[in-house]
Amino acid sequence: MKINQISLFAENKPGHISAPARLLAQEGIDIRALFLADSQHFGIVRMIVSDWQKAAAVFEAHGFVVKVTEVLAVEVPDHPGGLADVLGALDGSGINIEYMYAFPYPRGDQAILIFRFADPDAAIAQLQTAGINLLASDELLK
Amino acid sequence: MKMNAILETSAADCHPASVRDYTPLPELRALQLQRVQAVVARAWDHVELFRSRMDERGLVPEDIHSLDDIAKLPFTVKSDLRDTYPFGLFASPMKDVVRLHVSSGTTGKPIVVAYTSDDVSVWTSVIVRCLAGCGLHRGDILQNAYGYGLFTGGLGAHYGAEALGATVVPTSGGNADRQIMLLKDFGVTAICCTPTYFLHLIDRAAELGVDLKQLPLRAGVFGAEPWTESMRRHIENKSSIEAFDIYGLSEIIGPGVACECRRHQGLHIFEDHFYPEIIDPDTGEALPEGTEGELVLTTLSKHAMPMIRYRTRDITMLLPDRCQCGRTLRRMGRIGRRSDDMLIIRGVNVFPSQVESALLQIEGTLPNYQIVLTREQGLDQMEVRVEVTPHMFNDQIGALQGLQARIQSALDHVLGIRVQVALVEAYSLERSQGKAKRVIDRRTS
Ligand SMILES: [Zn+2]
Repeated sequence: MKINQISLFAENKPGHISAPARLLAQEGIDIRALFLADSQHFGIVRMIVSDWQKAAAVFEAHGFVVKVTEVLAVEVPDHPGGLADVLGALDGSGINIEYMYAFPYPRGDQAILIFRFADPDAAIAQLQTAGINLLASDELLK
Repeated sequence: MKMNAILETSAADCHPASVRDYTPLPELRALQLQRVQAVVARAWDHVELFRSRMDERGLVPEDIHSLDDIAKLPFTVKSDLRDTYPFGLFASPMKDVVRLHVSSGTTGKPIVVAYTSDDVSVWTSVIVRCLAGCGLHRGDILQNAYGYGLFTGGLGAHYGAEALGATVVPTSGGNADRQIMLLKDFGVTAICCTPTYFLHLIDRAAELGVDLKQLPLRAGVFGAEPWTESMRRHIENKSSIEAFDIYGLSEIIGPGVACECRRHQGLHIFEDHFYPEIIDPDTGEALPEGTEGELVLTTLSKHAMPMIRYRTRDITMLLPDRCQCGRTLRRMGRIGRRSDDMLIIRGVNVFPSQVESALLQIEGTLPNYQIVLTREQGLDQMEVRVEVTPHMFNDQIGALQGLQARIQSALDHVLGIRVQVALVEAYSLERSQGKAKRVIDRRTS
């Protein structure tokens, strides 16, 4: 259920996002999701890619500071209140969301939410109990 | 002087060249006097600038009767080398010069230094003594990551290491991944480079999953830029090597003017070839042992380019007492700063080494930094750029902002002025010959 996400440190300057994207394209690695978290002066590029091990090696070889973190991908149920169901499953559970972002599902209209939890195992148990569908990395990368 | 000094290496089991490190003082002083008289006569005969300065003072070489008389001689400063570019300070005809090195200047013309074949031999012998003093010997595999070429570091260390009998791996600077591969595959036991570059290797090795502590590497001989005790602790903790400070400058000979022994209590100056003085940088007056001031060096054996009372701009002191290692050679304190390093920011004196110390206080940070000075509406602004390393990186914005705030508060505390902190990408700060460019001053006065 856990998905390996690649994070890079980037200064907030023009071109600092396109360089990593270009590198992956050269290596034939697909970017499934890309999200930029930024502050005033610097940013963190978070990516889910088709081959995270190769991507991490490529980035390191090019002098990037790379971190691999485990995230969960949650399919937002395709019915009214779907998102509320997901968040409701976590409410009051004491499970901390460190951050989240969304991207559109490749085969359909609904979104996929990527969550970074302080304790991913507890989160998996909690979400599964609530009947929330977690995507495995092969499903996500299909 | 108590006689309980322990000889860590008896003169018999170190390299023969090291025997000179234990010359009895009366013999050493007599040798220095004889050599200084010869070098002054040589410079007076062959170097016009030196002779004219002697004339202005009404001095002739015969006026040097004792080592104290050296204080009467005129100083030589870096701009003299630029002003006489390229060959104006040479005391040997080109047919006797076997090597030229060039050091790049930040402004204007570079400086050129020359060596006769005897000069190269002296240079080689002092490096042998440096490395032997660091406990290295035949059988050691030494990776020399100082830049080869116009810079004196690479070739200087190379000749000395070969003469010592070590196996030299001449990697020169750059290509960290290959450096680490060779360290590992060859079972390298010692490395020479700038401390900044070694920090980079520590960092890169961790990224590559190579544990430097598990390698045979046991000694690092680091120089060509000032570095601090806290940086030594950091290096030694991360790599389990013994880190030695080596000192030198191209104008005098290159690396090998002075080096630490295994006591790590100051750097022994190879006084049979280099005569040290400490002066007040403002008045030029000689200062006593144990007092901090500017280091002034006179080369005692250089032929091609003798330097008389060269003002190094490096701030240090001559240490009183003899070293526990038994060497008779005097020691100088580690160079923490250069007199021209001092920055005055909003009236406050700031040294780059203070920034380094502040950064090393914060867990996980490496002192890969650069100071950028600007002036806005008449006020000096100081920004400290710090490279984000894998140890520092966390993929949450809040954690990085917290790190930024901790660096900020450590710097405010150490420097006593408000500075801006910017986190920048790894390897993005400018480096040259492995030396980090620490200060960019964009203030226009
Ligand atoms: Zn000693």
